[in-house]
Amino acid sequence: MKSSARHFPANAREALADERLQGVLDKFSDGFPVKRANAIARLDEFDELRDAARDIKDHVLANLDTYLKRFESRVHESGGHVHWCRDDQEARTTILSICRAANARTVTKSKSMIGEEIAINDYLADHDIEPVETDLGEYIIQLRQEPPSHIIAPAIHLSKEQVAETFVEKHTGRDPDRTLTDPRVMLDEARAELRQKFLNADVGLTGANMLVAETGSIAIVTNEGNADLTMGLPRVHIALASIEKIVPTLEDASTILRVLARSATGQEMSVYTTFATGPKRTDDLDGPEEFHVLLLDNGRSDLLGTEFQDILRCIRCGSCINHCPVYSTVGGHAYGWVYPGPMGSVLTPALVGIEDAHHLPNASTLCGKCETVCPMHIPLPRMLRSWRVRQVEKNLQSASSRYGLGLWSYLARHPRLYRVLSNCVARALNIMGGHRGKLSRLPLAGGWMSKRDLPAPQGGTFMAQWKNSRSRYL
Amino acid sequence: MKQPDQVPQSPSVALFVTCLVDVMRPSIGFAAVSLLERAGCQVFVPETQTCCGQPGYNAGDEKSARGIAEQVIEALQGYDYVVVPSGSCAGMIIKHYPDLFADDAAWRARAEDLSVRSWELTSFLVDVMKFRPVGITFDKVISYHDSCSGLRELGIKDQPRSLLAGVDGTKIEESDLAESCCGFGGLFCVKYPDISTAMVDRKIAEVSDGGADVILGGDLGCLMNIAGRLSRQGKSTNVWHVAEVVAGMADQSASICGSHDAQTSAVSAVGKRP
Repeated sequence: MKSSARHFPANAREALADERLQGVLDKFSDGFPVKRANAIARLDEFDELRDAARDIKDHVLANLDTYLKRFESRVHESGGHVHWCRDDQEARTTILSICRAANARTVTKSKSMIGEEIAINDYLADHDIEPVETDLGEYIIQLRQEPPSHIIAPAIHLSKEQVAETFVEKHTGRDPDRTLTDPRVMLDEARAELRQKFLNADVGLTGANMLVAETGSIAIVTNEGNADLTMGLPRVHIALASIEKIVPTLEDASTILRVLARSATGQEMSVYTTFATGPKRTDDLDGPEEFHVLLLDNGRSDLLGTEFQDILRCIRCGSCINHCPVYSTVGGHAYGWVYPGPMGSVLTPALVGIEDAHHLPNASTLCGKCETVCPMHIPLPRMLRSWRVRQVEKNLQSASSRYGLGLWSYLARHPRLYRVLSNCVARALNIMGGHRGKLSRLPLAGGWMSKRDLPAPQGGTFMAQWKNSRSRYL
Repeated sequence: MKQPDQVPQSPSVALFVTCLVDVMRPSIGFAAVSLLERAGCQVFVPETQTCCGQPGYNAGDEKSARGIAEQVIEALQGYDYVVVPSGSCAGMIIKHYPDLFADDAAWRARAEDLSVRSWELTSFLVDVMKFRPVGITFDKVISYHDSCSGLRELGIKDQPRSLLAGVDGTKIEESDLAESCCGFGGLFCVKYPDISTAMVDRKIAEVSDGGADVILGGDLGCLMNIAGRLSRQGKSTNVWHVAEVVAGMADQSASICGSHDAQTSAVSAVGKRP
């Protein structure tokens, strides 16, 4: 997917002016966060589980090569194939060659953020293979030719009415005058449309929430069961996963599962949790004949040993996004690439480059809510700040910010000069404020003053008044 | 959250005024002095203090933040405690100064020594000095804004409410969005004013629905953001720093962005104290 992260301010303005989107976002903060809080309140050991989940991933990241190689061996032993892909281009060509070898004409897909990251749908379509998204949200945005706006709820930016309009327009062959208002009726319609596509598909493409090193299994959670039909019905199953998705054991996977759904949707478990190991065995009733796992790096190994390593603990629950006041104001598309919100603002600069994504780490108030709700204890605000440090090192910040902060820092380190100047500024602004006690216009303060008044200072500075009052009264 | 050690008799307290209070609203500084003195502290205002360095630090300029931090550490040495009428500046000193000197053992030790002695104002008054206001009245329905850094870096939530509970006439109407960011975020509100405005609007709408007369908080940056927006919208909700109310000085200074007509000098109020 091509990044438009560099246009974040314009994207955000567009989102703020979109009344329908704002209507949807108004309700957003009352959904997942409330359900998460309730789910966690019902589990006394949640904090211990978070610590354990963090420790599992830290251990994995310190021994990533060992566990990846163990996983590869187990996949081979169970009759599957592992493909190591350095970047998105390698991943796309690998998938295409597997599809070509299978003479595939259609590919069903269950939701995969890696699939978005490597823009596999457009690539397959360009090579005359039809990709069919089967997660309801992904299916809706595929019909609308839109990118996802959230990592676990890709169509969260749409209202029910917009979905109904899309179905009436795209589901040709049905009564165009039918009314679609009941979500259940809409869901049944989507299922009916998808059923034959599940059965016809030659290849099933899924993501993977985790890779289990000791068994060579992939773990996938969904609420719709679409991943099971995607991996179980076609002759070939390809699972896409980035390298940090590995966990050592099934026990570790179950620890992470206990924090995953609770943090994401407030469910104790997702409706479907599936472990898939290798292709169909002789006695199995169903399953694919071929089982492929694509292990994608795409810049992640460069983060090991850096101040950004902790983002590789992320399990894509979306909790930081669900609680982010900036995300809930502008929605996911404003961020301009696959991963929005706090985790995206840390990960996107690493994957597409800080030059392109320079706005994202700055478009945060560092309010810290994300870190408090992250089940993996990822220090997101600290890493957003680390990106800002990199920007300063690379001289990427704007000239006004560079000179403004440079001047401020100079003054702050020269207290006497600072005292005199700050007192002059305070007095001048106080006079300008007059009896209103506030200012509505000032040069160079457009950002603030365009929508807010500035309180006028009360008179001289505290330091000046303190000096006078103490010499007078003490 | 920090736990206080044995508190000395009449401890010496350095007030770190913060650059915003110094320039924009000295009455908060004088309210802090008054409260600290009533709580039994000897208050000093070290002269070489300016800013805590947070603007540079949050903009990624660690070098200049370190330079400023060294100066602050020098200025604030030798006092039993350092008290800051702002959660975010206190958080900078308490949580981030030690990180700034990760590679410099000598300065890191000094930063940690300062960190241990430093407190946000409401937390210091309640947790260390066990202070309760006496004879103060403020007959208003209050919505309290929990500023992000104070809340999440320092665990400040109950302390300002506990102080306000000791003020006669107060009623706190808790907003569902009390802990939601107001959209200030230092340079964030200047770089992304549209998003910041949408964030503060949501907060203001929620408070208005709740029926509060005033909004109080412990961080002037957030309060200027909220008050500035309320003023531009022509709303009459008043905004003060919690210290001004608990010190009984709210009626001596116009509310933030309020008219100065009713104001008498905050200095003279403090000056009248013996």
